[in-house]
Amino acid sequence: MKILTLLKIAMVAIKRNKTRSVLTMLGIIIGVASVIAMLAIGEGSNASIKSQIATMGTNLINVMPASKNRGGVQQGREMSQTLVVADVDFLRENSELISAVSPEVGGSGQVIFGSNNWPTQIFGGNEDYTYIKKYDVANGRIFSSQDIKSARKVCLLGQTVVDNVFGEDIDPIGQTIRFEKIPFTVIGILKEKGENTFGQDQDDIILAPYTTVMKRITRQTHLRAIVMSASSEDLIDEASSQIEAVMRLSHKLKDSEDNDFEIRTQAELISTFGSISEMMLVLLGSIAAISLVVGGIGIMNIMYVSVTERTREIGLRLAVGGKGKDILMQFLLEAILLSTIGGLVGVAIGIFTSNTVENIMAWPVLITPDSILLSFLFCTFIGVFFGWYPARKAAALDPIDALRHE
Amino acid sequence: MENKIIEIQNLQKNYRVGTEIVSALRGVNLTINAGEFVAIMGASGSGKSTLLNILGCLDKPTAGDYWLDGKNVNVLKKDQLADIRNTKIGFVFQSYNLLPRTTALENVELPLLYNPKISIKMRREKAEHALEAVGLADRMKHLSNQMSGGQQQRVAIARSLVNDPVIVLADEATGNLDTKTSYEIMALFQELNDKGITIGFVTHEPDIAAFTNRNIVFRDGRLIKDIQMNKITNVVDALDQLKDEDTLLDEFVNVCVA
Ligand SMILES: Nc1ncnc2c1ncn2[C@@H]1O[C@H](COP(=O)(O)OP(=O)(O)OP(=O)(O)O)[C@@H](O)[C@H]1O
Ligand SMILES: [Mg+2]
Repeated sequence: MKILTLLKIAMVAIKRNKTRSVLTMLGIIIGVASVIAMLAIGEGSNASIKSQIATMGTNLINVMPASKNRGGVQQGREMSQTLVVADVDFLRENSELISAVSPEVGGSGQVIFGSNNWPTQIFGGNEDYTYIKKYDVANGRIFSSQDIKSARKVCLLGQTVVDNVFGEDIDPIGQTIRFEKIPFTVIGILKEKGENTFGQDQDDIILAPYTTVMKRITRQTHLRAIVMSASSEDLIDEASSQIEAVMRLSHKLKDSEDNDFEIRTQAELISTFGSISEMMLVLLGSIAAISLVVGGIGIMNIMYVSVTERTREIGLRLAVGGKGKDILMQFLLEAILLSTIGGLVGVAIGIFTSNTVENIMAWPVLITPDSILLSFLFCTFIGVFFGWYPARKAAALDPIDALRHE
Repeated sequence: MENKIIEIQNLQKNYRVGTEIVSALRGVNLTINAGEFVAIMGASGSGKSTLLNILGCLDKPTAGDYWLDGKNVNVLKKDQLADIRNTKIGFVFQSYNLLPRTTALENVELPLLYNPKISIKMRREKAEHALEAVGLADRMKHLSNQMSGGQQQRVAIARSLVNDPVIVLADEATGNLDTKTSYEIMALFQELNDKGITIGFVTHEPDIAAFTNRNIVFRDGRLIKDIQMNKITNVVDALDQLKDEDTLLDEFVNVCVA
């Protein structure tokens, strides 16, 4: 029998049984769409967390002061003043696994330009600071070693600061702003980085030479932290143990003494956040899998019931001369049509839902081809199989048995 | 020379119900010649439907031989039987068995869909022809489930005729219809028989059987009587008589109301 005739029979049958067809497709549509949307949300947040962490520098290593146990009295981290500029030089000379090192000092305060003012934070570092912390310069230049040596009052501004203290038509470069009453000349603007994983605005900062910040703003000789880049991401663990050894040496700690500093690597952060977002992905993936199974069972039921219901129709078709394989083919085509149409609509709705979630809720979504392919193939397969399987049984009946079927 | 359409010898059919064996046909011999209009009669459970289903190749006998139009049907495979049903037999069911939500025309086209020799254009023409032959020229686009029982049975008859079968088999085709509609259907069958179509017709009712030219009677799976009718009742006359009764009924109703 001609495939075109069969296709026509199948399409007529689909149209004739609208409710059944719509219900079948609905099962597939919901299955496919929910899997796509669910995985898009999961993958999206996963990817966005990873890329946000990357903006903070993946081979970044921080050394922070640790609370020191002095005569049984624990001191808070802010109180501990264990890190000094000499440690930075000592690290630079003795640790070959780091490619750059910089002191970090800073404080918060009010920045003033003309009649505008804005509360922000100032960070002091050396000429490698922007490299280590993955800041790029959008405009102007970073401070030179000369600026640092002479503790010049120059600074770079984050975009948030620029937006809040400068009007639209003023070029900030060359202008003088005041931070805590100290005048700074703006020599550069930082490229925007957006929020970090913790929701902090990474553009709400002022960068200045650490010498200037220590002398004018904090008026202290100790550092808030020492920041470094490991020479490669793979060497972070080796680098941090080397740093620990070098720092103990620098601080002349005896074997019996605890570290008076703490080493933190970005890799730890990545793995913590990575595992959280992986967990979320697994969770959403499981929900998706469940909806796939539920959708699959729905498709199965409707297909199975509808074929059973139509056993008399099958009997009639056999009685007027249809062959078993014609009837099987008709049901197979019906199932294929319903399943692929349902699957395609499901894909469209899944993509639409994901984009709506992205636009309305401002969640990051990432639609992967894998999720589309997986859900589409799974649901279509279930639909086709459970359309075909019971039809195969019915088409193998003697016509009279199919006709007598109740 | 008589042209044998159907010839069966010692036909038997057993059904298995649980551990019991029910013998629905116990050795039936029957020959139906071209142009005959045979009424198959008998009490309920005597095996009429069983025989008709086997004749229609819808079911297979347990034992015995069956030649249809000179061809031994017993040796045929499933697909070959389907071709036989498609091209040689027209079957009319008691419960019409039309596709619901489908037009009369599409229902009649159904057997032709399974006949690869028939083009789309021929299919349409033949189906229209068949519907005209059963007097439904003005109902072609009506949906099957929006028709009266009589009209539905006419559609079913048109469907059985559309492939130009050698025999039309009808199982209690008038069983669900009132007397007048039954007579109209019988008039149609008589007309078809006059055109030379061979018909096998199962019925319970002697007055319906009287419209045919041969009555065979079954009891307990055996053929017990085979009568050639020499005085065939003309359905058109019977219908006229019914009309008289109708007018009587009308008068009766009028009197009662008055
Ligand atoms: N599918 C079946 N399974 C078991 N027994 C059956 C089956 N079909 C028919 N029979 C039995 O075969 C016998 C003949 O049944 P059949 O349907 O041929 O009777 P019938 O003459 O058509 O009766 P009716 O006038 O009531 O339609 C009955 O005893 C019936 O119980
Ligand atoms: Mg019967």
